[in-house]
Amino acid sequence: MAQKILLKNINVPGINTFEVYRQYGGYAAVEKALKTMSADDVVEEVKKSGLRGRGGAGFPTGMKWSFLAKPEGVPRYLVCNADESEPGTFKDRYLMTHTPHTLIEGMIVSSFALGANTSYIYVRGEMMPQIRILEKAIAEAKNAGFLGKNILGTGYDLEIYVQPGGGAYICGEETALLESLEGKRGNPRIKPPFPAIAGLYGCPTVVNNVESIAAVSWIVNNGGDEYAKIGIGRSTGTKLISASGNINKPGVYEIELGLSVEEFIYSDEYCGGIANGKRLKAVVAGGSSVPILPANLILKLSNGQPRLMSYESLAEGGFATGTMLGSGGFIVMDEDACIVRNTWNFSRFYHHESCGQCSPCREGTGWMEKVLHRIEYGHGKMSDIDLLVDVSKKIEGNTICPLGDAAAWPVASAIRHFRDEFEWHVNNPQAAMDGNYGLANYADPIPVVEEAN
Amino acid sequence: MLAVKEIKFSAEALKKVDEIVARYPEGRQKSALLPLLHLAQAEFGWCSTEVMDYVASLLNINPIEVYEVASFYTMYHLKPSGKYVLEVCRTGPCCLVGAEKILSILERKLGVKEGEVTPDGLFSFKGVECLAACGYGPVLQIGPEYTFYENLTEESVDELLTQLKNKN
Ligand SMILES: Cc1cc2nc3c(=O)[nH]c(=O)nc-3n(C[C@H](O)[C@H](O)[C@H](O)COP(=O)(O)O)c2cc1C
Ligand code: SF4
Ligand code: FES
Repeated sequence: MAQKILLKNINVPGINTFEVYRQYGGYAAVEKALKTMSADDVVEEVKKSGLRGRGGAGFPTGMKWSFLAKPEGVPRYLVCNADESEPGTFKDRYLMTHTPHTLIEGMIVSSFALGANTSYIYVRGEMMPQIRILEKAIAEAKNAGFLGKNILGTGYDLEIYVQPGGGAYICGEETALLESLEGKRGNPRIKPPFPAIAGLYGCPTVVNNVESIAAVSWIVNNGGDEYAKIGIGRSTGTKLISASGNINKPGVYEIELGLSVEEFIYSDEYCGGIANGKRLKAVVAGGSSVPILPANLILKLSNGQPRLMSYESLAEGGFATGTMLGSGGFIVMDEDACIVRNTWNFSRFYHHESCGQCSPCREGTGWMEKVLHRIEYGHGKMSDIDLLVDVSKKIEGNTICPLGDAAAWPVASAIRHFRDEFEWHVNNPQAAMDGNYGLANYADPIPVVEEAN
Repeated sequence: MLAVKEIKFSAEALKKVDEIVARYPEGRQKSALLPLLHLAQAEFGWCSTEVMDYVASLLNINPIEVYEVASFYTMYHLKPSGKYVLEVCRTGPCCLVGAEKILSILERKLGVKEGEVTPDGLFSFKGVECLAACGYGPVLQIGPEYTFYENLTEESVDELLTQLKNKN
């Protein structure tokens, strides 16, 4: 059995309450950190652990923390990003619903490490039930002396507040989130300055994903070196994967990084194979923003080796044959899924969610949506396919925040790997309305490229 | 004509307002705007201009600062809607498992188009973007409590509609 860190006790009845969570060893990390370690010691352990941000970008958490400015007399903030809106991603909701104290404990230890005395958890507004769950968990922890003034008699003060969003994907982007937390529209800020220098209310701020913060308690308890032993290479530790689409067992799974993609999809411990006896056509491995891969490329690298669930292995081959781990939103499509329709759907999403500040993103996403709609609905021209590639290139890299790239990549990658299916739509407008190109050759073995060394 | 209900929070809600404003540093009370708009919408049903002006007065900010925020976010209703707004996720992963079918079932059963209100004022429905429940699709949520209904089928939608109708 693979090691579990975040979801180890998920099936224990009552683990959502302080009492049971504590019985199972909860809040030991708070005692250890506050009573026996300095803030810098905690940062050091997190650095050693190799933990990388679980919100999507994979930036090393310890390094991010060490960039935090510490001017005299200025408050510092930790803001937890619980905006979770990337299509395909639902792990943070799962963790907060079933084991909220795992997040609260991580928040306390992380706030201590950063020297924050007020911290916020920004939860997407639609998660009202989770907001209530977190508020209850905070009240319980406070009651037991783990929050508030002079925690455990150590002299450290901390308040944690839960902030609801208003419904906007863009508020998951960290500077849009900070704007929103200040009571404004969620328009991303131009960087620099980075939040580590000027974040919430202009003060030094760290923004971290729910899962990153939740992992810190285990690292404090067991040491960064122990954490780094789990996983593979620079992909240390465990990762929550949200598995959805045409599989037998959709849900949230905690994996040790380095598991093979094939095992993740087909073994009964995880997805349990493709539903209804169908065959695998494509996977979007890290949330809607990352490039889609056909079955043959997601299962194997170009040298014929199995592809693994790790930052490096998923990215192997660059955008030509690879993708990204992203937020771990693993969307599986079977032979009946229509790639054109799905691509249109995603581009509609990005158009809807663009904040409108930059013209390449605002106009380009609308344009891509329109062209994809016409291909899907039988009015496409062959030249539309190259037009889409062209628009996606004009957005990529030309915007204030990465939403532009996130909108461009799914379209560019779908055309790169499934051009046949787009052409089939143009050539067979009638059939394309309610059918699709099927599995075609997308699961066929690919020629193995010999490595140079 | 019904008398226009005076726009003022109950004593209980006002206590909650104070509690929320106290979460932020001195002078940063504008941070309370999103939470207060949720509170106001739950209390008054939707965010009319009067409601938004009231929220502005509570926070001591300009009304325009409230309008521009309320219109940016999708959760704030700027016009009256059905008592129950059924929000169905229509994003990719849910569509792989039949979300579009659920939307057309709702259109057929309620006899209204997306965004319209049924004649009895009870229901409206709309397609919304990913609700972070993609493994349990198709899903819908109903405000203001944001109760979730997962793994929807024609039968479970039927059951839900009957159940909600019987409550009224
Ligand atoms: C458009 C967009 C949406 C994002 N949505 C989320 C999100 O919902 N949750 C999240 O944790 N990070 C999200 N991110 C990434 C954040 O900007 C930020 O990198 C992250 O919260 C940092 O935390 P981490 O280092 O722990 O991953 C998003 C980024 C972009 C550009
Ligand atoms: S890239 Fe898009 S979402 Fe990001 S700031 Fe520009 S317009 Fe807004
Ligand atoms: S796609 Fe429907 S909840 Fe995510």
